[in-house]
Amino acid sequence: MAMELTVQIVTPYGEVFRGEVQSCTLPGTEGGFQVLPLHADLVSLLDIGSIKIQINDQTTRFLATSGGYCEVKDNVLKIIVESAEFAEKIDLKRAEAARKRAEQRLKSTQDDIDIPRARLALARALNRIRVAQFVNSLN
Amino acid sequence: MANLREIRKRISSVQSTQQITKAMKMVAAAKLRKAQENILAFRPYAYELRRLIAHLSAMTEDVSQIPLMARRPVEKALLVVVTADRGLCGAFNSNIVRRASERLREYSDTEAELFLVGRKGVEFFHKRPVTVNGQKINFFNELNFNDAVELTDTILNIYREQQFDRVEFIYNEFKSAIQQNVIVEQFLPFVPDEEIMKSPRQVDFLYEPDKATILNNVIPKHLHVQVWRILLESNAAEQGARMTAMENATDNAEEMIHQLTIFYNRKRQASITTEISEIVSGAEALKES
Repeated sequence: MAMELTVQIVTPYGEVFRGEVQSCTLPGTEGGFQVLPLHADLVSLLDIGSIKIQINDQTTRFLATSGGYCEVKDNVLKIIVESAEFAEKIDLKRAEAARKRAEQRLKSTQDDIDIPRARLALARALNRIRVAQFVNSLN
Repeated sequence: MANLREIRKRISSVQSTQQITKAMKMVAAAKLRKAQENILAFRPYAYELRRLIAHLSAMTEDVSQIPLMARRPVEKALLVVVTADRGLCGAFNSNIVRRASERLREYSDTEAELFLVGRKGVEFFHKRPVTVNGQKINFFNELNFNDAVELTDTILNIYREQQFDRVEFIYNEFKSAIQQNVIVEQFLPFVPDEEIMKSPRQVDFLYEPDKATILNNVIPKHLHVQVWRILLESNAAEQGARMTAMENATDNAEEMIHQLTIFYNRKRQASITTEISEIVSGAEALKES
């Protein structure tokens, strides 16, 4: 019997996902990587990007995340991130609106604009759009 | 309050006030429940972050690599005062501003500035001789995690750029619907949770990237969580305080209506009695003549 990997995704708004999976692919800050059962104990930072969970041979699910970190220990993968949304649940209209807002803020010449923050907001919006569109194209 | 019409008007005005306070109490109760749900939902996240940071900082010998943990003698302090955006919640706001003024006096030989969160605090310190560094108001109604992130980043920027040596939060902690505690809490420099640090962990992990980088990255996230917790606590405490205050107000209105009604009835009876005796004595007078 294959060992199971338990994945737990925790955000400030509560637990988004918990379950046994075959594998999980994560957006590490040093590059993407995949966690399989019996992975070595690891702590890694996560970037803005997509989380892919292979639940079984038939089902794969995707989430958009805005970064955080993950911890692997004894076949339990804890993903602690500031946000994680299942691709199906992403509101494309809202994401587009967020993207436009961020772009406008970057373009404007006012002094009081926090450029790094606007860039991050833009990156997050683009990521959500990308993940949602990718999953839509699969179906 | 002599004539009957005035008393009747008074009663109906107290009644409509009572309706308002009753409604406010219900709204506060609903909001309180929401706030409590939020607190419960975010606990696992906060717990995991705290554990990781305590673990990492126990493993890192060289704290100088982590700027947010560096301690300096306190020459300049920032007090973040968390009040509510609205009033009508008992002593909630006045407890906070009183504690904040006290704290300012305690800092009288060091430079101390205020950062005001919530409209009531701004209104209070508006005309007082204090230095207000910044403010964030009118957001408690639709509180979300981004508010906490924004507030944290603003405070971090102030801390870094204006050479503050210490940041403290003054806020109301939610004990129960009827009890709030005013808390003064050190926010920066960051101190990891010592209890968890003491519990030794046998296994070491692979770290990607290195521990100090992870720590530097995770501490701000942890601070987001701290601020989020404080905002949620304060919000829950505010709703609790308002609920209690409005319940008392409703009860008082009830009492007042009761007394006014008795007074009204007595007056009415008295005027009827006077009228009857006038008529009777009038009739008597006619008979005699």
